[in-house]
Amino acid sequence: MTDTIAHAQILDTELERPRLTGQLAETWKTESGLWGALSTVDHKIIGRRYITTAFVFLLLGGVLAILMRLQLAGPEQRLIGPDRYNQIFTIHGANMMFLFAVPVMEAMGVYLVPLMVGTRNIAFPRLNAFSYWMFLAGGLVLWISFALDMGPDVGWFAYVPLSGPQYAPGKRADIWAQMITFTEVAALAVAVEIVVTVFKQRAPGMSLDRIPLFVWAMLVTSFVVIMAMPAIMVASTSLILDRLVGTHFFNPAEGGDVLLWQHLFWFFGHPEVYIIFIPAVGMVSTLVATFSRRPVYGYLALVVALIGTGILAFGLWVHHMFTTGLPRLGESFFTAPSMAIAIPSGVQIFCWIATLWEGRPVFKTPLLFVIGFIVTFVIGGLTGVMVASVPFDTQVHDTYFVVAHFHYVLIGGAVFPLLGAVYYWFPKFTGRMMSERLGRWAFGLIFIGFHATFFPMHILGLEGMPRRVYTYQPDLPWHGLNLFASASAVVLAAGFLVFFIDVVMSARSGNLAGDNPWDAPTLEWATSSPPPAYNFAHMPVVSGAHPLWEQPGALNVADGLHTDRREVLVTAITTAAPQARESSPQNSIWPLLTAIATSIMLIWSIFSPWAVVWGSIPIAITLIGWFWPKGTPEDEA
Amino acid sequence: MTRRIRTALSSVPLLLLGGCSNWQSALDARGASAISLKHLIVLIVAVCSVIWALVMIAMIHALWRRREAWRAPLDLRAPRERRIGWIVSICVGLTAVIIAGFTVASFFTTRNISVAGQDDLTIRIGGLQWWWSVEYLGPDPARGFVSANEIHIPTGRNVRLLLQGDDVIHSFWVPSLAGKQDLIPGRINEITIRADRPGTYRGQCAEFCGLQHAHMGFLVTADTPEEFAKWAEAQRATAASTTDDEEIAAGRDTFMRKPCAGCHSIRGTQATGTSGPDLTHVGSRAFIAAGLLPTSRGALAAWISDPQTLKPGNNMPLVPLSPDELRAVSAYLASLK
Amino acid sequence: MRIVVSLVCIVTLCGCQREERQLRLDPPTAAALDGIALMPNKIGGAPPQIYFALDRPYETNAYNLSQGKRLYTWFGCKGCHGDGQGGIGPSFLDGWWYYGPETVSIFASIRDGRPHGMPAFRDKMTSEQIWQLAGYVQTIGAYSAKTAAPSRNDDKQTRPAENRAPAAILFNEGPTPVHPDQGPQP
Repeated sequence: MTDTIAHAQILDTELERPRLTGQLAETWKTESGLWGALSTVDHKIIGRRYITTAFVFLLLGGVLAILMRLQLAGPEQRLIGPDRYNQIFTIHGANMMFLFAVPVMEAMGVYLVPLMVGTRNIAFPRLNAFSYWMFLAGGLVLWISFALDMGPDVGWFAYVPLSGPQYAPGKRADIWAQMITFTEVAALAVAVEIVVTVFKQRAPGMSLDRIPLFVWAMLVTSFVVIMAMPAIMVASTSLILDRLVGTHFFNPAEGGDVLLWQHLFWFFGHPEVYIIFIPAVGMVSTLVATFSRRPVYGYLALVVALIGTGILAFGLWVHHMFTTGLPRLGESFFTAPSMAIAIPSGVQIFCWIATLWEGRPVFKTPLLFVIGFIVTFVIGGLTGVMVASVPFDTQVHDTYFVVAHFHYVLIGGAVFPLLGAVYYWFPKFTGRMMSERLGRWAFGLIFIGFHATFFPMHILGLEGMPRRVYTYQPDLPWHGLNLFASASAVVLAAGFLVFFIDVVMSARSGNLAGDNPWDAPTLEWATSSPPPAYNFAHMPVVSGAHPLWEQPGALNVADGLHTDRREVLVTAITTAAPQARESSPQNSIWPLLTAIATSIMLIWSIFSPWAVVWGSIPIAITLIGWFWPKGTPEDEA
Repeated sequence: MTRRIRTALSSVPLLLLGGCSNWQSALDARGASAISLKHLIVLIVAVCSVIWALVMIAMIHALWRRREAWRAPLDLRAPRERRIGWIVSICVGLTAVIIAGFTVASFFTTRNISVAGQDDLTIRIGGLQWWWSVEYLGPDPARGFVSANEIHIPTGRNVRLLLQGDDVIHSFWVPSLAGKQDLIPGRINEITIRADRPGTYRGQCAEFCGLQHAHMGFLVTADTPEEFAKWAEAQRATAASTTDDEEIAAGRDTFMRKPCAGCHSIRGTQATGTSGPDLTHVGSRAFIAAGLLPTSRGALAAWISDPQTLKPGNNMPLVPLSPDELRAVSAYLASLK
Repeated sequence: MRIVVSLVCIVTLCGCQREERQLRLDPPTAAALDGIALMPNKIGGAPPQIYFALDRPYETNAYNLSQGKRLYTWFGCKGCHGDGQGGIGPSFLDGWWYYGPETVSIFASIRDGRPHGMPAFRDKMTSEQIWQLAGYVQTIGAYSAKTAAPSRNDDKQTRPAENRAPAAILFNEGPTPVHPDQGPQP
């Protein structure tokens, strides 16, 4: 920090504490009112918004799940016809994957990563705002189309030729494909922001081996997003081209290939599962440490396991295609990595159990969800090993066994930790605690309801019940278990209802939390709950992986940043030694306008290829507006 | 004899309506490959259950074991941490060994079940929205014949199935006989099935294929070689062209006059449509409409009179028929043994 | 706000109509749809009232049009008309509709047949199927592509797909003035 500073009096070193915080609050504030809400680039506001929206989509997707369970409660029911049912299960899947699971995990990162690494805002905050608006638009496209009876009905995997030009009339499949584009753009944007935030904006002293595990998890996830999402963008764009302008990517008669779709889709689709699961690993590692009252066991092993999972995730897409008649040797080859991914998962589980073993567990609601997670996820992981075996998979592929398996992995492996994480970080989001009593009820109902709903599905699958059927015939012996699963689904739904009630009530009238209600070790607890717009009055300096345990009382801090303009500290990738001050952009309405222009282009391109040409003009205009120098102090740097 | 089979065949659905049979279940393995798959499934599930139980015991003990006095979070004892390091490493090592074992076991199971001789009986299975075409190919093309939704195989013999998706992707799955294999447009897949004892096994499409994916069932009936030869001979024959029964004659006449003949074939008549299932011996099959209803005159009449209520979205239109015509047509179809 | 709501309503109406899948047509409705009124020269005419009450489902609904495309293959239309280029039978792409471009005329041609070789499909198809097929045939020769028109098949490509308005592309000069006998302009 040797450059000449024109307004030395407004460096934070020069100010007394009250004046400092007042000045920072003024600099980083989000205007009140609609305009402020639309133009904010505060990662906390956007993160909260993202999380809330994703949970709304969870609620909607859950309603669809209940509808499906109602329809399947008895054989040959006529509650929902095949046309509606196909839309429902497609939208349930697409919604849960693209509008809930991935966004909610990334949103937790958007909110928490800057706090955990001790910076004032996420990298590329305007891109962050743009990402949220794109995500919202994608969700609206999907749900409005469903309300109009033109929801996608080709499955969340949209296999050609069923989703192709010949067998999927209308615009339903295009809406699916374009919804993908919306959410992928949003996810890629967040991934880039998180990578840069983690690499360049860590608090001084937070070298690679001191990064909190949740941040490591978000970093690995972001790399997986960056490498996996392009495959699906290529795939869904090819699909739209096939459908709209008659290209032949997937037409065998003209040299295309039907299986090309499956390769592209699963090259994205399998890493997608890890995009959801890896952040959950980070959450569990965080919760286990705090509630065992000791550092998590095997930090290095856990980091290596995270990276290993991220790499192996790209080596096992073919296990979704074991029944497509690929060469036997190739299939066996892909069995190995599919099984091998059990090793990093094993490392994680054993390390967590070792942490609990050596620690002194505090049985608060977040820990309950972690326990529920371990019970459930181990089952999901083991059934994952089962479907990794080619011959085993030929019997259970596309049956309810697989439905059970991936709900164990996704709900048990990701939603349980997420709910635990919400209970854990809720004070940081809102300043208030959630109710322990309701939390225990929610956990109990969700845990019991979940297992009672999904465990029988393993058996149904082995008994021959295929997936994605809107009904089944009375002469097949599946009625009893289906009825039981449907009844249990009500318990599961009740559990989620309790959770949502707890969230709403606690947000309004929960007990005030204070800065660090759990006595947790990471930096997000070093600031107030909820944090001020500028996150930290002084940049924290860390000298270990558990700053608040190592320096109880007061953290070391660094200063020297401007207070009259938005500035963040840039540090070195490995050592996190301070390198420079970088200005962070002010609020702007342009990300919203760009998102609107992009949405118009994407939706229009479902109907006409010329949308790409004419629709790019408004996008160009909004981007020019976005990047045009506004004459703010931030422009100087 | 034929009569006995017929009675037996028609009682099958009745038995099943009683709801006690597992005739479409990977756990009720009857075919050679399904049996080796079941062994593998039982092995892996058993080992995995033990692993799960051990992990749970470890976790429960970790949570509720007795502990020494309170220590500060960062007050860690190095020797103890090292010992745990060893335990965790051993557990990870065991995980690796177990999954390596699973990989080898699956590899050998795969090798065991993929066998097919050259001289075996070959059947071409076509998957269509939402029924199955079945074409028996022989060394002598003239001896081949076509059927739908019902496959007969001789016991004790490997039967090679050529699977071809004719519109979208379907998946051929008879859990009691073998694992599934997809039918993919533009490719031909193969699967070998073998049943060692006579019996009837249900199968169903296992890859989502559109509106009526749920109603795309079929039957595989394993007969003794003699029964099979007899059945094949009967199937090769064209439909009987003369009959004394007035109603059946009227039904045939209606069938040919009305749109029925535009989509369905009945060999030996002028009905040569190809977009619907071949009906030459529809009366001999246990089910109609791809496993939807047990064959009977009543079921046929119900199906013809309102296919879109029973199986919404399928490609059979509602053909307006008078009650007399409906009775006659269903009598005619039921007579096509 | 009101504008937004009314926009949503409009989109809803358009969307519903184009994407709805009417899987089962009530027999009385199907029978009523058979009651077209043709001009004495069998060219042009009016569909039954119910056709408008249903909001012209066979011209605007994507599902019906794609079903029509299946029927085009299944009932051997290709044998004479090719992929629309014609053959033994007339082309659909060249802008000449011998009996007018209205769906009702096409329906009549399929149902009742026409002189010089077009057979009657009255006994081979139900009237719902004939409507679907007629609606589809019309899209082959349309000069501006409907949004609901089917896209290409998974076959060898012989012409642009219906949603690319093959007739407009193959017939760039625009329709030549039609003979008065040939009904209204396409």
